[in-house]
Amino acid sequence: MPDLQGYGSLLIDGLMMTLGVAIASMIGALILGLAAAAGKLFAPRAGRVLIEGYTTVVRGVPELVLLLLIYYGLPTLVQDTLGGMGHDVTLAINPFVAGIGTLTLIYAAFACEVYRAAYLAVPPGQREAALALGLSSMVTFRKVELPQMMRYALPGLGNVWMVLVKATALISIIQLPELMRNADIAARSTQQPFTFFFMACLLYLSITLVSMWGQGRLETWASRGTTEGAL
Amino acid sequence: MLSFVVENLPRFLQGAWLTVQLATYSCLLGLCIAVPVALARLSASRVLRGISTGYVFFFRGTPLLAQIFLIYYGSGQFRHALDAVGLWGFFRDPWFCALLTLTLNTGAYSSEILRGAIQAVPKGEIEAARSLGLKWRMRLRFIILPRAIRIGWPAYTNEVVYQIQATSLVSIITIMDITGVARAIGARHFTFYEAFGLAAILYLILVYGFIFMARRVERRLNLHLQPSHAPRTALAQGLTR
Repeated sequence: MPDLQGYGSLLIDGLMMTLGVAIASMIGALILGLAAAAGKLFAPRAGRVLIEGYTTVVRGVPELVLLLLIYYGLPTLVQDTLGGMGHDVTLAINPFVAGIGTLTLIYAAFACEVYRAAYLAVPPGQREAALALGLSSMVTFRKVELPQMMRYALPGLGNVWMVLVKATALISIIQLPELMRNADIAARSTQQPFTFFFMACLLYLSITLVSMWGQGRLETWASRGTTEGAL
Repeated sequence: MLSFVVENLPRFLQGAWLTVQLATYSCLLGLCIAVPVALARLSASRVLRGISTGYVFFFRGTPLLAQIFLIYYGSGQFRHALDAVGLWGFFRDPWFCALLTLTLNTGAYSSEILRGAIQAVPKGEIEAARSLGLKWRMRLRFIILPRAIRIGWPAYTNEVVYQIQATSLVSIITIMDITGVARAIGARHFTFYEAFGLAAILYLILVYGFIFMARRVERRLNLHLQPSHAPRTALAQGLTR
């Protein structure tokens, strides 16, 4: 165990912040992604084009650029626009909100694709059979389609979570005290950058390991009742 | 907005050239790492498997930003040792550290893609090659790798797209790529949304331009397999991480 010179607790604080930001963004991405996927599948043409544009743009621009665009660009854009109309305002976004907002926006686009593919993977006969039995459309979705869909979506969503956790490191650039930022502070004041960045890496690896274990458990749970080889 | 573009486009294009260079070099060097690592992951030797698995796990399990900091700032902790073997000149240079990290990172991801592709090569083709008396080296070169490249190409395209975007992180260690230029210009003239907006547009052009070319290569690679009117897919389809 390397000597952390009393900075261990700073790293743990950072880890907690990282986990908090990651979980909040993941919840946001799961909800927004599901809405976007529903839109992509069922909305009228104009809505579909709009959502297609959103997922295309977000997946083609680096996370860092989007983060900086939202954190620095959005307030100045609003100020300039309002300034042009004669209102004088100063606006700043809190790094916590900007970070969660950006990650939600980006990973909702990825989750949207996962949901869409999963929905299309459920055979249409399932829905037809449920409707023929007299279940309402809503109940059919909730009781028949959603559980099967989740089984197909879980590996993809697990992947989104893993990438999202790593992407939280970028928020250190806008000075949110998460794991990377706190490791940086400790590295600067102790003059031991390797020790602290390596510790940060190990902590990220431990999140990955626990996530992999959790994902395995979830997938087993979601596949209960299916026979071996069916999926 | 238009005057901003006209005024700053030359600097942004210089940045774009750096981005393209970093992405190209790191992908090519990453492939040189990916082939031996993928073979080591599939080898019978426990030592080779252990080392390669550890490498892949570390670089896929940690953020690229942490890896860049670890190599660029972390090497400072071993300055005297590196000085003694004459390597400090390299590690002091942000360009070298950026290229090294990006290469090691994409090498790990690409090796996983290649490993999956090699495992997906139909068994019968390998058996046929064996029964024709081809040695391991020849089987690899003429049968397994050409087939694996076709199988892995769509996933690898995805990896290159990710890599183009990942190069934006090098701006944090002072390299003037697209993002670096945008940060400098935005901060100096307080033109943040113009600068980052233009940067985003340049990345979109690079990414979707590359995907367009990669699709053409893919069609060429699979000419012998597909009917002439294969269904066309939307440009962004399958783009995941």
